[in-house]
Amino acid sequence: MSTIEHRFGRYGGQFVPETLMPALAELEQAWLAAREDPNYRSELEGLLRDFAGRPTPLYRARRLSERMGRPVYLKREDLNHTGSHKLNNALGQALLAKRMGKRRIIAETGAGQHGVATATVCALLGLECVIYMGAEDTRRQRPNVQRMELLGATVQPIDAGARTLKEATSAAIRDWVTNVQSTHYVIGSAVGPAPYPALVRDLQRVIGDEARAQVLKREGRLPSRVIACVGGGSNAIGTFTAFLDDPQVQLIGVEAGGEGINTPRHGAPLTVGGRAGVLHGSLSAIMQDEEGQIIEAHSVSAGLDYPGTGPQHAFLRDSGRARYVAVTDAQALAAFREVTRLEGIIPALETAHALAWTLAQEDGELDLVCLSGRGDKDLAEVLALT
Amino acid sequence: MSDLTITQTGTERLARAFSEHGKRAALMPYMMGGYPTHEESLRIGQACVQAGADIIELGVPYSDPLADGPVIHAAGTKALTAGANIASVLELARALAPDIPVVLMCYANMVLAPGVEAFVDRLARTGACGLIVPDLPLEETEQALAACDAHGIALVPLVAPTTPPERLAQIGSQTRGFLYTVSVVGTTGERAALSERFAEVVAAAKAATHAPVALGFGISTPEQARQAAQAGADGVIVGTRLVRAAGEAQDPAGAVGVLVAELAAGLAL
Repeated sequence: MSTIEHRFGRYGGQFVPETLMPALAELEQAWLAAREDPNYRSELEGLLRDFAGRPTPLYRARRLSERMGRPVYLKREDLNHTGSHKLNNALGQALLAKRMGKRRIIAETGAGQHGVATATVCALLGLECVIYMGAEDTRRQRPNVQRMELLGATVQPIDAGARTLKEATSAAIRDWVTNVQSTHYVIGSAVGPAPYPALVRDLQRVIGDEARAQVLKREGRLPSRVIACVGGGSNAIGTFTAFLDDPQVQLIGVEAGGEGINTPRHGAPLTVGGRAGVLHGSLSAIMQDEEGQIIEAHSVSAGLDYPGTGPQHAFLRDSGRARYVAVTDAQALAAFREVTRLEGIIPALETAHALAWTLAQEDGELDLVCLSGRGDKDLAEVLALT
Repeated sequence: MSDLTITQTGTERLARAFSEHGKRAALMPYMMGGYPTHEESLRIGQACVQAGADIIELGVPYSDPLADGPVIHAAGTKALTAGANIASVLELARALAPDIPVVLMCYANMVLAPGVEAFVDRLARTGACGLIVPDLPLEETEQALAACDAHGIALVPLVAPTTPPERLAQIGSQTRGFLYTVSVVGTTGERAALSERFAEVVAAAKAATHAPVALGFGISTPEQARQAAQAGADGVIVGTRLVRAAGEAQDPAGAVGVLVAELAAGLAL
């Protein structure tokens, strides 16, 4: 049986209260066993196919390609059930929780996409579900709050700090510390203590595995660039993983530049660089002050409004295998409108960051962008801001 | 403390605090550095000494304290807003250390920020005895343990009711100062009664280490402190109850002093 990474170079690890350590070990054992178990795999594959609707299409964006003078392919995770890539991970982890005999599920959410995916899977499997969400995010992603409640989940708004994803994640971890014996914490991104970053990547790599085969079939070649937005980085790592051993494919992670990376108001720890730090259980690129206090992030996109990032991304940056860039709120909002008009696809504001970077590139041969989610949830916010 | 010499390490001083307290168990109040203000938190520390505390656990306010419940989390946020930083909390440690052994409670990212060695060196210079890092489990402690050992600082590990026996033995064997035994599955905070399993948890911890065992999380009353001592705990840690009093009272130091005196009386032989 193979192992699961605890570290990616020097990043990763398990910086959590002792109370959680046995649960992390249990989760790791459960995942090692499940991923080799034909029953688990066939149940997950069946649900990904029949419930989620996979494989998602790889769409050659017609007018976007024409505009850019090169083929631009969109991996349509927005067509996954619940409207984003988040369901891939939520399905896999909830099935795992059932195997571990845990009937109560908790999760954090920023934009609400992971919360909706988790609430959906809990409805499907008959599990109790509590979603932690910053109070600011319950305001700016109202439709997703309503969806989660309709699905039977309890949405717990969090008033601490900037009332966004960081505080929601902290609240979920505190719940887990208290209820660890009965509860599984479905982390929504490739962050957190080991084994989560590897577990979430394993469950999201279906995005890149499908996209690689699809583009090869369609074009007979690999893309020159693969582009994805990065908050915690689950759609990005899920897309990148299939291409890691293809050195001719550039991997580009697009972070939230917020009001500009020369201001403190952004969510781009990988792009900005600086000393690594510990946030939510792992060592990675984070936003912090000199003494190690975590700095609040800012992004117009709730899903990228996070001062940390997955440890494997920090490793890929340092090794040079992937490159990380930032796109501002204004650029993302412009791309949101432009892609909507050009393609008839309303992207999530998170995804709009990856699209904005792609639209700004004059060169290139063949771009593949992970269209990580749909933007219906963002309409009120975008219309209010522009 | 006429025989307190410069050569005594923090670890040795803690050992003495556990053997010379003259009560059923050593009493270890927790205080949040810089809460409600820097000056008042110094007075709180002094009041603890006056009221019969044996060791002080001094918390460093942090932006994201994952092991803490709402009361201590809010106190830390307020202390940060009031301007507390690592330098000001270390000043408190320096001011209190001549009168009582001080153990600093600090989250991992703040220990890593200047580098573990630099952090521990700076801590040792204040005269503090120990360091507790609640989000630095066994797997991540190697560097911190080496730095603390080199500077005579006791790196105090935590165990929880969920810690399985083999792991407990591993942690117990590399315990310095005392074994911080978490009485409940959960974050810091007051509970109406001690966990049903607390005596079992204490017994398991005692069997796993030669070091003193201090019970914390969820202990708030003299009665609970006494029960912990009767179950065999060598030390009792009380935090949230005192932090709450510091936040609510007109005279925070006076209020904390009264509570600590009551806890000390509860532990009287």
